[in-house]
Amino acid sequence: MKYFSLIPVIAIGGLLLWAGQDFPKWGDVESPASKSPVSSHFIANTGVDTEVPNMVTAVLADYRGFDTMFETVVVFIAGMAVIAILRGSSVGRPRRKDHEVEAEPDLIVTNTVRLIVPVLQIFAFYVLAHGHVSPGGGFQGGVVMGASFILIALSWDLEKAMSRFPIERCLFVAAMGIVLYGGIGLLSMMLGGEFLDYAELEKILPVSREMARYHAMLGVEIGVGFTVASIMFVLYANLASEGRLKQGL
Amino acid sequence: MGLEIFNTFILLLLVVVALASLWVRDLLVSAVIFGVYSFLMCLLWAEMGAVDVAFTEATVGAGISTVVLVATIFHLRRKSND
Amino acid sequence: MEGGGLVSELFIERLNYCIYVVLLLIGLWAMLAKRNLVKKLIGMSIFQTAIILFYVSIAVKKDATIPIYLAEHDPHGSHAKVATEKNAAGNQDAYHPVELKPETVKGYANPLPHVLMLTAIVVGVATLGLALALTQRIYQGYGTVEEDELLVKLERADERTSVSPVTGAKPKGRARSSTQGAKAKAVASSVSKNKSTAKNFSVSKTKKKIQSQSSSPRKTTGKGKPKPKS
Repeated sequence: MKYFSLIPVIAIGGLLLWAGQDFPKWGDVESPASKSPVSSHFIANTGVDTEVPNMVTAVLADYRGFDTMFETVVVFIAGMAVIAILRGSSVGRPRRKDHEVEAEPDLIVTNTVRLIVPVLQIFAFYVLAHGHVSPGGGFQGGVVMGASFILIALSWDLEKAMSRFPIERCLFVAAMGIVLYGGIGLLSMMLGGEFLDYAELEKILPVSREMARYHAMLGVEIGVGFTVASIMFVLYANLASEGRLKQGL
Repeated sequence: MGLEIFNTFILLLLVVVALASLWVRDLLVSAVIFGVYSFLMCLLWAEMGAVDVAFTEATVGAGISTVVLVATIFHLRRKSND
Repeated sequence: MEGGGLVSELFIERLNYCIYVVLLLIGLWAMLAKRNLVKKLIGMSIFQTAIILFYVSIAVKKDATIPIYLAEHDPHGSHAKVATEKNAAGNQDAYHPVELKPETVKGYANPLPHVLMLTAIVVGVATLGLALALTQRIYQGYGTVEEDELLVKLERADERTSVSPVTGAKPKGRARSSTQGAKAKAVASSVSKNKSTAKNFSVSKTKKKIQSQSSSPRKTTGKGKPKPKS
């Protein structure tokens, strides 16, 4: 089997390398992907349309907002599925003794984490809110936020983290993120535009059309951050405890 | 020129690390080497100008996915047969 | 690095594409040939990052900066300063961000592949978590994540076919027959009481019993097991 499977692998590799001759040169400015009107439009007009300096954020949350919305839904559904698969799966199964955590949490580790976690969480908010002008945004900020709770769970135990962020609240926050995203889309629809056409929000915000898109993008990113942060923690909490949501690693 | 050497070095290292993470028989070691792979990938993308992608890979790939892999392997047998 | 035509063609100009193919093949080979499910998943992630590497390589432009506006094109930030300077020169347009010219567009890396791949990474870790949850479940049911051992155990389980090893409970088709058996038993036991009404009554009773059996251990484990402390 090991050698038999090399046949399709080498065949595919040969085909891909053969097709590699037709690829544009490394860093070619005139390559089809870079010359395409879509990406040149994004580069040229992001500043005019939305006044957001970071083009990636603008394309992510505004031009391709529909795509990002359902990517968030995919993350949400994956979290739901992990809970559904692992819930109650280890009922009546004894916890493995060779991995039992007997000792108290280490003093140095817990005190260091006590210092780091607030900084980490503020950094998460910074990344989330500053994503318009620097690398960052909802996905990265949400992941850093989720990682701060994972850090608590790793250094103490899962109960400590779950007392801060119980699983019901996780799911509520995750759902709220999607509702916030969809709500902004629906709001712009109610104000006379199309779904996720943020420019219409100028009617209720005291800013220009461009700045309405700018601020609506921030709201959308916050929604994404909510969902991603809580689902990352749900993933860890379920996988580390086999769905028991107790004791963890 | 300096950047090209850097690029080439990381690209070759990536192949070595990818093979190593599949070659090792201890799954925990495999997961940690996969974290190294993700971090090298993150460096490469930062060098190629995709800062947002690099940031995401640094937090997600090298952070969360390694932790999730380790958390899973904790409940499985650590040894793998191939 | 100043090699001949073909060497530089392959290893300088298109090294990224070559390495992307190699990584993709490593991932594909791991998914086909490795027998451990976790190794397969690591192979899947390598496959995924290889494709992301391909997309990001496409977005690179020579001598281009990252896709964030420089200070002179920034709609905010140093905008005010630039505006006053230009305003002194009589350029009123500088107050508002203007559409970039094609020459300046060439100076920025292509943001579109970055956006596509950014969401792909996050969705990738969510699906990896889902796959790992399934792996844990398989280990709980069969006690192994090696594919060959798993196939042997599956065959053995098929031969026995009495108890599904995944849930520990009886599979659906058999559950019905077993409830029928239980029904028959209950009927037999209640024959002495009342022959006519016992049938329906006992069915509901056994159903209730099964429900309480399946739900009771969950409750106890949910509440109990205080953490042992030394």
